Amino acid sequence: MLKTLMAGTVLSLALAGAAFAQTPKPGGTANAVIQPEPPGLMLAMVQNGPTQMVAGNIYEGLLRYDSALKPLPGLAESWSMGEDGKTYTFKLVKNATWHDGKPFTADDVVFSVELLRQTHARARGNLTRVASVTAPDPYTVVFTLSEPFGPFLGIFEVGSLPMIPKHIYAGTDYKTNPANNTPIGTGPYMFKEWKKGSYIRLVKNPNYHVAGKPYLDEIYWHVIPDAAARAVAFETGKVDILPGGSVENFDVQRLSSLKGACSTTKGWEFFSPHSWLWLNNRKGPTANKAFRQAVSYALDRDFARDVVWNGLGKPATGPFSSTVRYYDAKAARYSYNPAKAKALVKESGYKGETVRLLPLPYGETWQRWAEAVKQNLEDAGIKVELVATDVAGWNQKTSDWDYDIAFTYLYQYGDPALGVGRNYVTSQIAKGSPFNNVEGYSNPSVDEAFAKGAVAVGDDQRRPIYDAVQKTLVEDAPNAWLLELQFPTITRCKVHDLVTTGIGVNDGFRDAWIER
Amino acid sequence: MAGFIARRIAKGIVVLLAIVVLNFFLIRLAPGDPALVMAGEAGAGDEAFIAQLREKFALDQPLPSQLGAYLRSMAGLDLGYSVRQQMPVATLIGERLPATLLLTGSAFAISLSLGVLLGALAARRSGTLADTAITGVALLFYATPLFWVSLMAILLFSVRLDWLPSFGFETVGAGYTGLSRALDIAHHLVLPAMTLGLFFMAVYVRMTRSSMLEVSRLDFVKTARAKGLTEGVIQRRHILRNALLPVVTLAGLQAGTLVGGAVLTETVFAWPGIGRLMYEALLQRDYNLLLGVFVISSAMVLVFNLVTDVVYRAVDPRIEVA
Repeated sequence: MLKTLMAGTVLSLALAGAAFAQTPKPGGTANAVIQPEPPGLMLAMVQNGPTQMVAGNIYEGLLRYDSALKPLPGLAESWSMGEDGKTYTFKLVKNATWHDGKPFTADDVVFSVELLRQTHARARGNLTRVASVTAPDPYTVVFTLSEPFGPFLGIFEVGSLPMIPKHIYAGTDYKTNPANNTPIGTGPYMFKEWKKGSYIRLVKNPNYHVAGKPYLDEIYWHVIPDAAARAVAFETGKVDILPGGSVENFDVQRLSSLKGACSTTKGWEFFSPHSWLWLNNRKGPTANKAFRQAVSYALDRDFARDVVWNGLGKPATGPFSSTVRYYDAKAARYSYNPAKAKALVKESGYKGETVRLLPLPYGETWQRWAEAVKQNLEDAGIKVELVATDVAGWNQKTSDWDYDIAFTYLYQYGDPALGVGRNYVTSQIAKGSPFNNVEGYSNPSVDEAFAKGAVAVGDDQRRPIYDAVQKTLVEDAPNAWLLELQFPTITRCKVHDLVTTGIGVNDGFRDAWIER
Repeated sequence: MAGFIARRIAKGIVVLLAIVVLNFFLIRLAPGDPALVMAGEAGAGDEAFIAQLREKFALDQPLPSQLGAYLRSMAGLDLGYSVRQQMPVATLIGERLPATLLLTGSAFAISLSLGVLLGALAARRSGTLADTAITGVALLFYATPLFWVSLMAILLFSVRLDWLPSFGFETVGAGYTGLSRALDIAHHLVLPAMTLGLFFMAVYVRMTRSSMLEVSRLDFVKTARAKGLTEGVIQRRHILRNALLPVVTLAGLQAGTLVGGAVLTETVFAWPGIGRLMYEALLQRDYNLLLGVFVISSAMVLVFNLVTDVVYRAVDPRIEVA
């Protein structure tokens, strides 16, 4: 009784402490881990994961997104859609300046769109339906589309459409502009110093356009190449922030349960990393639909989640993540069923050929996962050979279609028209690129549905289209979907408000503050 | 002597050229190229994007003309440009070289001095408990994988005892200057230099010990004893000096790896050196940078071979340099 009472007191004290600590205090230094070291920080030129994570503090997009992916004000304070669904008007904040002191205006937006169309593969795709961008006055921007595009308001996040200073880039060769090494944005933190191989240092932007923010004086991003060393750095208090994916999965639980450590799986809603096995639909046993279905039935996703991923993640039920718009749980079909898998393998006429399985070369977890999948497939009577590669080799093999089954995971970007369709439509079959319809699936009805779904306006029109597509794709099983991945962000609890939106750490540290 | 050195340098340049050409083709035999790696990391890449990157890396040129361009810039002592890092290769290597030299140099000094000292001690006390202890410990470090030793050292000295930092070159953001900065760096240096040095120390111990035991049985040692020289003088001037030749050979080999860095140690301790730079360049297929590191470290191997030959002569004047 006494024990419960004491525990109760401790708990309420802790709660009182937490409530007390809710007023942000300015000042302090954030020490975070960045892995691997980014090749550059100029977001329009480089879009890899670590670049987006650091540069999200330096650059900004017109919009941000909450965890339900509703747009929030960013560099645009308000926005509206015209009646025809083809005109979007953005009103910009009036007090934003670039880090060199020049004001941020509508001209910069128009220029950024032009620049990104040349340098940013994903932005180029997202902007295909944009016919013109105009600036009727310095704080208004109008996008005119050639046809309505349902997910249009979902393309303005900082990694997808970062704003770039016109006065620095106009008329130069973007790729070799020396300013790429000293990035200038409008964001809450400014680039200060980069000691290659050691750390990147950002400092507070004193003229940030949101009054009172940011709170921190500076951020150090430490480059620590070894996963075990990153875990030790957190354990010994040298760093306070481990962004998702910084440590191996088997360390996540241990580190998050350290005294004074907190963790969250939030902040990935916009990206929703979705993992699956690419099944080569062109040749070999995987060209057969019954065989592909067999693979889907053979996979023990719960085992993979519980053992390989240490309980992180959620079994995927189809091509859409459950956080993506128009996700339909009813389309789900494949659960772990080795008997059914065996029967389907037989039915497919499989003659015992060896199937080449390509793991993702992203560390221990993926290696173990490939071994588990190999075991699952062999239980269903499929002969499997694991093919070891490094990242470059993996890219080459998948983009040359030189595999039978390959692990992958891709971001979904909240809307089927942005992050899902690209893996299943015929027009995205192109040799030489690792992130399109690599499996070679081609189905005219699916092509048509994704095309229609993109231009249909309103949920009432879009939902039935995507419901039907999910059914078809699950039936055809062009790929074997695995897990909706989770990459928890581990911090010391004294770091507050680090993850506040659906973009998580990539949205920058503008709201973050440290209790001192 | 001067003629000898000149001949060796001329030979060295030819060898270096062969190394460059060989490496140039070897690297390109690995699947994947830098454009694909960058597209892969971006998680998006249409053909236009990849083609753009290939053009940027000059990968759209035929191989012989790529090699020609590389050799031409090499001839002008220019190691080329790393498109990925947006910096000249020489700058990138220059930034990392001091850290590597500090680490491998310290490890070299530790392993050589401790190794010879302990080896000599073990030989002198051959058969005693001290000998058994020294050779036992040496064997242990020789046989244990380096990464394991590193991790255990981190666990003990950083996590449990909190005496030594577990990663980095210096305390980031502390703003130390002058002596306090040097001390801070030294503090960070202890763990990586020790773990890196232990393996080679073990080798020197065993080599010094066995070599000394062998020499001590020779006739001139007996003569020295008969002359009535003190044991210390016999050990130092007669036995050790003559026993050092194989140790010098080995030290020359280790010295050759000084610049190549220690990929493993630098990775585990987040030491910003050449080894890591090379490893990352390899994974990212950053051809120019990788070749640059190879060229510099090969050149150093050649230099240290030359130095070793000269040192041979100093240790044992009977050897003629030719």
